[in-house]
Amino acid sequence: MNINHHLDEATLMSYSAGSLSQGMALVVAAHLSYCSECRERARLSDAVGGVLLESLEEQSVADDMLASILSQLDQSPPDLADQQPVRTPPSFIDPEIPAPLREYVDGSLDQLPWKRIVPGVAYYDMPWEGRGVSRLLRIAPGKSMLTHTHHGNELTLVLRGSFSDEVGRFQVGDIADLDDQIEHQPLVDSQEDCICLIATDAPLRFTTLFGKLVQPMTGF
Amino acid sequence: MKSKPPGDDVDNIIQLKHAEMASADWSALLGRLASKPDKSVYARLFNHFAPKVKAYIVRLGVALATAEELTQEVMLSVWRKAHLYHPEKAAASTWIFTLARNQSIDWMRKQKYPQYSLDEWSETASEPGQGEQSVLSDRVANAIKLLPENQAQVIYMSYFEGRSHADIASRLDIPLGSVKSRIRLASEKLKQSWGGDAYEH
Ligand SMILES: [Zn+2]
Repeated sequence: MNINHHLDEATLMSYSAGSLSQGMALVVAAHLSYCSECRERARLSDAVGGVLLESLEEQSVADDMLASILSQLDQSPPDLADQQPVRTPPSFIDPEIPAPLREYVDGSLDQLPWKRIVPGVAYYDMPWEGRGVSRLLRIAPGKSMLTHTHHGNELTLVLRGSFSDEVGRFQVGDIADLDDQIEHQPLVDSQEDCICLIATDAPLRFTTLFGKLVQPMTGF
Repeated sequence: MKSKPPGDDVDNIIQLKHAEMASADWSALLGRLASKPDKSVYARLFNHFAPKVKAYIVRLGVALATAEELTQEVMLSVWRKAHLYHPEKAAASTWIFTLARNQSIDWMRKQKYPQYSLDEWSETASEPGQGEQSVLSDRVANAIKLLPENQAQVIYMSYFEGRSHADIASRLDIPLGSVKSRIRLASEKLKQSWGGDAYEH
């Protein structure tokens, strides 16, 4: 896959650190599943974690922990299931849905219970509460997606179709990794609907942000 | 800090030797466990890593008793998943870190931390000449020690305290953009050490 827009290094580090919100981590993992270049970078960020783990002052564990684990090992053979992961039969895998998202999306993108905001714009929320927004957004050709200056970080990964903004053109697999430094107005420029997985880390600005998502279409 | 000439005191030498041996040896040992279940090999890995895993989990803010339980789960998964480990793909410390990270987050959030699959992870071929992962880890370890204080701080707050950019920004009372640029600068330096000489010339 030819990917032109990648993760910001700061986002990637925080993903490896385990400090991204659930929604942001999902978008990052989804991009990584498309992008070997960012996977290679993620390996370094993970290695930083390993080095930091190694540098920690030890915290003693119970004397009997090892014995307790060793006694469990006999009843607990190596997890061979992991070696040959049970794959869903191919007919049930929608190639449009990146692997990390399959945990939360059944069937195909078109079968989702999309909630319409205004004509041409619909969303589907990820099934968790957390800081920030985490959802799929579906926008019709020619519509503008978000016009805003937002608080905090925002990730937008294209799953179908494409959009363009001041930064460039974003196609399947591309990620827009933006913070509040950037003001932009993406416009869907594909023939088909553009479907994106988005996440923000702005805490509890759901209502405001929601309003802003609607803004371009309703003229609020 | 650790620049005392060797020979200064015995503890120091042991410490240094220990550190030098660390990643290559532990990776080789975990590699042995990967190819064949062996309790004595496992016990050595346990004795080295369990106290570090617990220290990591405690620093994330998990209460001691729970940290103890979680450590046991993580160390048990080291045994169960050992066959998935490839020394040429990651140092032992890196691999165990990702297990500890994922399991701690899963526990704290009651949600699975989204991951790209291990299969895809191992598909990423090592670049020729990249050298052994454990050697690279040693280079990164040295580079971390050389980071300016304000860059090391954001790295620690991210990895050890699980803080988001916004959280770090408000704690340090600096703009979000500064947090990100500090992380990027730190990462750039660590990445240079990863590339080794090739990047320096
Ligand atoms: Zn990428």
